[in-house]
Formats: sequence, structure tokens, C-alpha cells
Amino acid sequence: MSEVLLEARSLHKIFNVGSRFARGGRKQVQALSDISLEVHEGETLGLVGESGCGKSTLGRCLLRLYEVDSGHVIFKGHDITRMREAMLRPLRADMQMVFQDPFASLNPRRRVGDLIAEPLRVHRYGDAAKIAARLEALMALVGLAPEFLQRYPHEFSGGQRQRIGIARAIALNPSLIIADEPVSALDVSVQAQIVNLLADLQARLNLTYVFIAHDLSVVRQIADRCAVMYLGGIVEIGPADAVLHAPAHPYTAALISAVPAPDPASRQARTVLQGEPPSPTNPPSGCRFHPRCAAARDVCRAERPVLRDWAGRSVACHFPLG
Amino acid sequence: MSEALLDMRDLCVSFRTARGVLPIVEGVSFQMARREILSVVGESGSGKSLTALSIMRLITDPNAVMTGEIWFQGRDLLAQPAEEMRRLRGGAIAMIFQDPMTALTPVYTVGAQIVEQIRVHQDVSKSAARKRAIELLGAMGIAAPRDVAGRFPHQLSGGMRQRVMIAMALSCDPALLIADEPTTALDVTVQAQILELLLKLRTDFGSSVLLITHDMGVVARVADRVVVMYAGRVAEAGATAEIFQSPQHPYTMGLLDAIPKLYGPKLKRLPAIPGAPPSPFERPPGCAFAPRCAHEVPACDTRPALAMVAGRDVACWRAGVR
Repeated sequence: MSEVLLEARSLHKIFNVGSRFARGGRKQVQALSDISLEVHEGETLGLVGESGCGKSTLGRCLLRLYEVDSGHVIFKGHDITRMREAMLRPLRADMQMVFQDPFASLNPRRRVGDLIAEPLRVHRYGDAAKIAARLEALMALVGLAPEFLQRYPHEFSGGQRQRIGIARAIALNPSLIIADEPVSALDVSVQAQIVNLLADLQARLNLTYVFIAHDLSVVRQIADRCAVMYLGGIVEIGPADAVLHAPAHPYTAALISAVPAPDPASRQARTVLQGEPPSPTNPPSGCRFHPRCAAARDVCRAERPVLRDWAGRSVACHFPLG
Repeated sequence: MSEALLDMRDLCVSFRTARGVLPIVEGVSFQMARREILSVVGESGSGKSLTALSIMRLITDPNAVMTGEIWFQGRDLLAQPAEEMRRLRGGAIAMIFQDPMTALTPVYTVGAQIVEQIRVHQDVSKSAARKRAIELLGAMGIAAPRDVAGRFPHQLSGGMRQRVMIAMALSCDPALLIADEPTTALDVTVQAQILELLLKLRTDFGSSVLLITHDMGVVARVADRVVVMYAGRVAEAGATAEIFQSPQHPYTMGLLDAIPKLYGPKLKRLPAIPGAPPSPFERPPGCAFAPRCAHEVPACDTRPALAMVAGRDVACWRAGVR
């Protein structure tokens, strides 16, 4: 296996929410609890889960866009968790983010050329001529015409805007890109183009992706490994095909069975998961999935399972499937 | 289909703009039988939501121009006086939307809102209406309906709010329920619950459902028949099983191919449709899909009409030729 590019060790993150004048005062949300994972060079790690499970928070903590409360993030051998901003800045060029909403992440008052050039200027890439040459090369890489550099974001369709967001992310030749739901806001026909583009760029530029998504089929298409999150913790992590085709955690299995397949022949009776994820302000005792789990027993209510090796992947369950 | 519940004939919706009259929906016709679940599927800008809003006559823009006929229970909805439409809306025809938070008022309990809805359309006492509201909430699979009826929308989760919306829509036993992207904002496990609920409506309430969606997976799961829209027109319409098994319009084919699959062989690249749907300002005079189509022939310069091919309606010159 190739080298570890990014490592998270036992990350915890707590948000304080609500007003301190509210009944009971401010509440604490445990957004991440004891997250450990490794991302290897050149691979794509898919991060899936329902809304509120902490997948976006994890993505931001990995880039130190959020500070973690405890634990360590190690990027290329440097512990960036407590690193001073001045020391961190050169590393920031090497780790970039692509956002979900290409309408919100591009400044509407600036030309596309300006938007993509900004990281180049911030990191002193070179003089105007060198930047101009780089911009043209970037536009070609993401499949946009160089004339578009003079236009404003509103003149583009959703798919084109996402290409601009990607061009900006790869401008400084990063090794790691964290993509937070990069294709969720796009129509199916355009989504496929962007998924293909991300795969092409990975091969050409030797990129490593952490791909955050709620759509399991997209993750299966793009990810080598897959981590499933529930209520702030990783419940299962391993090779994408193993996790998605032979899930070991009951939650992963339920999530997969809930996905409506684009095939009317597969309209069989499903195990529809009852209830909704509980509030992270007041997580259940023991295994956090136990109130919705059909296989829950006494030990599940009392003791929180830790990740352990099981059938080629790691799973946090007292009674894994299969 | 001897007795159609809804018969839409050549519906056109256009908007007067500074740049001239802009056609958005151009001649859409379809029929719905009683207790049928019909899905209108298309990408953003295809005109699917406007088609749904036209049935309710909810397009309030003074610059909107609507032509055609929408026959419902023996009368043309487009010719009804405003008074009569008000009686039909929420009565015989009900609608639910993507975001239940904006459709519910935040200042009344959800129970009070359902009671109001019932009493607008039916001459019943407050306590009888309240009893009915709680009954409906229970029928929607809400565990503690009496308790939920006393809560405000912000105290409920997204899935619960959507259940409340459906309960409210069903409160006057509508013959037709229009659901505009009812599960798009929900997580897959909750989406699966709401889809099960929609499937039950026809047996428990005898309602037909017009489901507007962009998700082919949702269509495959619940729809009896499907209308595929592209650039304001019907590209293909027919029985769900047949359309998924052997799509005849190149757009339907491309759309189905472009969806990443959870099972089956993993493709190296997704077969994407090149380009993007045309904006209403630059719809080509001929077949709107021709610029993105791999099978384009000279005949595509003129618009193909819907024609019966292989047991369904297809608007393509080459349908049945391939």
C-alpha cells in the first residue's frame, strides 16, 4: 500500500449551540467523537452518512478550517493540529477544498480569471505572465474555454461553475483535495461529467481525494475506500466494494437498502429503517445506533463498540453482519 | 384508460420578458388515471415544476401566459373562476412541496394548521376537526400524534414536517395529490419511509399521486407511469417498467446511463451526456436535445412530435429506427 498522506488520530470536536439565556443554557453538540482514519497517497476515501452525522465537520477539521478539541491531524508527517498559522500557510497550498454549492462559493463580483488567480497570488506563484499562462493551462485541464476567464460566475451553468471551483482548488498543484458534496447540487447528466473530470484529474495530477457525499452510488463510482459515519463516529471503514456490497454494520446495511435503485425490477420489500437519527446534543448510551437497530441487545445499550478488524474492513459493532 | 382523472392537453406556459416572450413549457399533454402514481421527471429547467403549478393555477406572475386545457373531473381548470379554484385547491387537489418548513407557518402548532385546513373546506366542529387531524397524523406513521399536533414546525425534524404536510394535504380526501420533489431535502432512510407512505395513499385514501422529481431512483421505486421532460417538452412517456427496460428517446437512455450504479460492474468512466440543457433563451428550433445527441440526423432540424413507438410515446425522429 502507498504511503499515508493524511492521518487523523482520535479527533474530538464539540460545538456549543443555542443561547446562554435559553432554558438549560448553551448545549453541547458532540460533532466528532474519537475519529481515527488514514488516507493513502493517490487514493479516494469516500465519507458517507446522513445529514448531521459530522462528515462535513470532519472534512473541515482535516484541513484545519475548524480547530479540533482533542486529537491530532497529521499531514505529510507534520502534525498540523497546533501548528502556528505562519508555519501552516505553505502546507495550506498543498491541501484544498471543493465545495458543494458552486453558486455560493464563487464571488459574484469578480471575474473567473481573478477568482482562480487568487490562490496563485496569495502564495506568490509568480509574475503576471506566469499567472496568465497558468490560468490558461488550468482552464484546459478542467475543460473550459480560455475566453471564459473574462466572464462573471453568473454567466455559467452549475456544472461549469463546479469546474471553476475545481480549477481554483488545483491551481497550486495540491496533493490533497477534500471535496464536500461536489456533485450533489448538479443534475444527473452534468454530475456524471464532473465525476469523470475528478477521476481524470486524479490520474493526471496524482491527487488524493477525501470525497464527502450522501449518495452511495456516486461514492461507489469514485472511491477506493469508504467510511460510513453515524452521529459523529465512524461505524465502518474499508474497501468501497466490501463496505457497500457486503456491509458489516447494521447501519450501513440499512443505508444501502434505503437507496432507491433506478430499476423498477428491484422493487422488493426492504427493511425500512424506522425513526430518524437522534439529536447529537443528547446521544444515546452505548452504541449510538442501538435505538434504531433491529439486532440491538443489552450490551449495545451499555457499551460503546470500538472499531475492530472484521472481514477485510473495520467495523464498530458488537454483532457485525456476515 | 377509459376515465381519466386528469387530462392535460397541450399546456404551454410562457413569460413576457424584456427579451420577448419566453416559452418555458411547450405543449405538454398527458393523462392520469384514478389511483395512479404518475411521475414527471426532468432536470432543472425542464419545466416540470411549472407543469405542476399550472394544475393548481399557482403561477401568479402577471407576465405568465398559459394556454391549453387541463381537464379534471369533467372541467377545464384553466377556465375556472378564481373562486372555484380556491375551493378545489386543498380540497379535490392538494399539493406538497420540497421544503415543508416554508410551507408551514412557524407561529401556529401543526395541529392548529391542519384543523384550519379542514374547516376551510368542510363544515365540521373544531373538536371533530381536531380529532380528524390527530387521526391523520397517526395514519402518517407518527408515533405520538396527539403530542406532535401540539408542537410547532421548528420542533419537528424534516421527515416529520413532511409527514405533517402530507397529513394536511390528505385532510380533505383529495382525488389528486401533487408532490413536488417531496423527498429531495430528506436523507435516504427518511426518504424511504416517505416513499412507502406515498405508495400506501392509493389504497388507504384512494388518491392519485403526481410525483415531480429529478431522481430516477425514486421514479423506479414508486411510479406506475413516467413522463420524461426535456427543455419544456415531453421526450418520452409510458409505463415505468418499459421505459427503464428499453428507453427509446436518446435523452432517456443517456439519463439512465449517466446514473452511477450501486451494483453491477464498476465502469471506469460514467457515460455522461455532453453539454448542458439549453437555457430557455437559446432553445434550438428543432429537437431541443439534438445538440447533445449522439444520433443526430438532418431531420432533427425540425421538431419531432410525440409518436407511439414500442408501446409508449416518444418524441424522436429515429425512435424505432435504431
